[in-house]
Amino acid sequence: MPRLDEIADYVRSKNAGPFWVTIDIFCGDADRFDRLRETAALSPEAIGAIYGVDPGKVLRFDAPLINVIKISFPRPIAQGGAGDVDSHAGQMFVALLSAEIG
Amino acid sequence: MVASQVLRGRVCRVLVPSGVLGSGCPEEAMSRGERLSPDCIAVDGGSTDSGPHYLGAGRSKMTRPATKRDLRQLMLARDRLGVPLLVGSCGTSGTDAGVDWMAEIAAEIAAEEGLTARVALVYSELSAEALRAPLAAGTITPLAPAGPLDAATLDSCEHIVGLLGYEPLAKAIGEGADIVLSGRTTDTAVLAAVPLMRGLPAGPSWHAAKTAECGGLCTTHSRRGGVMLSIDDHGFDIEPLHIDNQCTPFSVSAHLLYENADPFRLKEPGVTLDATSATYRALDERCVRVEGSVAEPNGYTMKLEGAGPAGFRTMVFSAIADPRVLARIGIWLANVELHLRGGIREVLGVADDAYRLELRPYGWNALDPRPAPAPPPPLEVGLMTLVTADTQELATEIAKYCNPVLLHFPLDPNDPLPSFAFPFSPAEVELGAQYEFRLNHVIALDDPLTLARFRWLNLGAEAPDAAA
Repeated sequence: MPRLDEIADYVRSKNAGPFWVTIDIFCGDADRFDRLRETAALSPEAIGAIYGVDPGKVLRFDAPLINVIKISFPRPIAQGGAGDVDSHAGQMFVALLSAEIG
Repeated sequence: MVASQVLRGRVCRVLVPSGVLGSGCPEEAMSRGERLSPDCIAVDGGSTDSGPHYLGAGRSKMTRPATKRDLRQLMLARDRLGVPLLVGSCGTSGTDAGVDWMAEIAAEIAAEEGLTARVALVYSELSAEALRAPLAAGTITPLAPAGPLDAATLDSCEHIVGLLGYEPLAKAIGEGADIVLSGRTTDTAVLAAVPLMRGLPAGPSWHAAKTAECGGLCTTHSRRGGVMLSIDDHGFDIEPLHIDNQCTPFSVSAHLLYENADPFRLKEPGVTLDATSATYRALDERCVRVEGSVAEPNGYTMKLEGAGPAGFRTMVFSAIADPRVLARIGIWLANVELHLRGGIREVLGVADDAYRLELRPYGWNALDPRPAPAPPPPLEVGLMTLVTADTQELATEIAKYCNPVLLHFPLDPNDPLPSFAFPFSPAEVELGAQYEFRLNHVIALDDPLTLARFRWLNLGAEAPDAAA
């Protein structure tokens, strides 16, 4: 099965305030947007398993106008807190790139 | 654009030079912005984006020379145009000291350039003491994922600030301020203040402000300076200040995603911007028209930010290139950590719960500790050993103990003594106090001005500072 980074144009992550992280998946076009919006690999359960967060707290927004899927969840460690290795959450998207898209 | 704006009736133009004061706006972009006759110049001076240190320690992220360079450019432009200049979140975190720091720089510039200006300083730092009564009254509530607040958490904060909305800024301008320097303020309120005080509708005003809060980040070339917002009764136009830059429907609409958990509904003090039905249309190759956003009024709340100390840190950085060790780096790391923890307990006599030790192997799995399927050995690993303790002295003592172990720890006990690469002498680097964000709460207010404090300065005038 193809990986997320073999389908999407561009994926990024960033903190949304000190307590949240948000991941933007720029799908590229409507076909890939439709394919990715259906995949179980980007479900709250799958995101929760990768990032160690409660799936019930994972928010998902689909922006068809620009073919973007947005996923937001509370940071496992608040920005700058003990054990935080990525203050701006700028590299947190990498863990999602290898997700297999069924 | 001129013809269409005639049809749009009244327009309020906001010149946004950059995403943050001190990051610089190219002179050609700024001078073109001036020629577009803005009604105000507005820029954000801070953020929590760079972590809890700046609020905890009350220090600015941007350097004083860079801040002064930008503020001089804006004060000179303001003086030529005769329009208000607003700078929000002064000194990065918007503490009282941050506002005073910015005021001191403004006074220096006024003296050097011979400028006169009436300056309103709007403070929003709060004491734990002042928040006790609202806490007891139940008007302070958590935002997800925080839990309820207690008084001990308030007391543990070094600094607490409330995020001002647009109302205190508008009041200052209404009372004659040429320059408003405010404490912690929502990025958007700084940009929306003048359009809103002039009665332009909330939907376009807040949406325009949200789009421009990072300056040129909503353009195709974000390093070519900021943007001009033209807000009217039906929507807003946005264009880059620099002639060789573009706003496109994609760059403008995509910016609403940036750093926001929810890209469609954005909470501001007293209002929620709903951009679900917004439309984005290219007016030409560098200007975009946005319509259809609405703002829903709701109970007025002010967000609180607070940061407190969380120990002191000392770091040792070492590096490994030996392929034999790197082929079994996971085992080596586990063994070295076990050895270090035992030694800290037995040699130094420091209890396990009196310190925090982290080994972060950069080049291996420092950023993502999940096991990878059969990973190839790395070519090099940079090993950050990070010690946190209640005092700097203890953190450094532990780091000094770690130093020779990290230098000579063998893969197998029978190996000849290895030596790994240390870039620094001394090996340990004291990182000072660590802070953490402790508040993620809002306080409900009957009046948006309740927690804002004002002070007035007359720059370049003979009259002494007058309290208002």
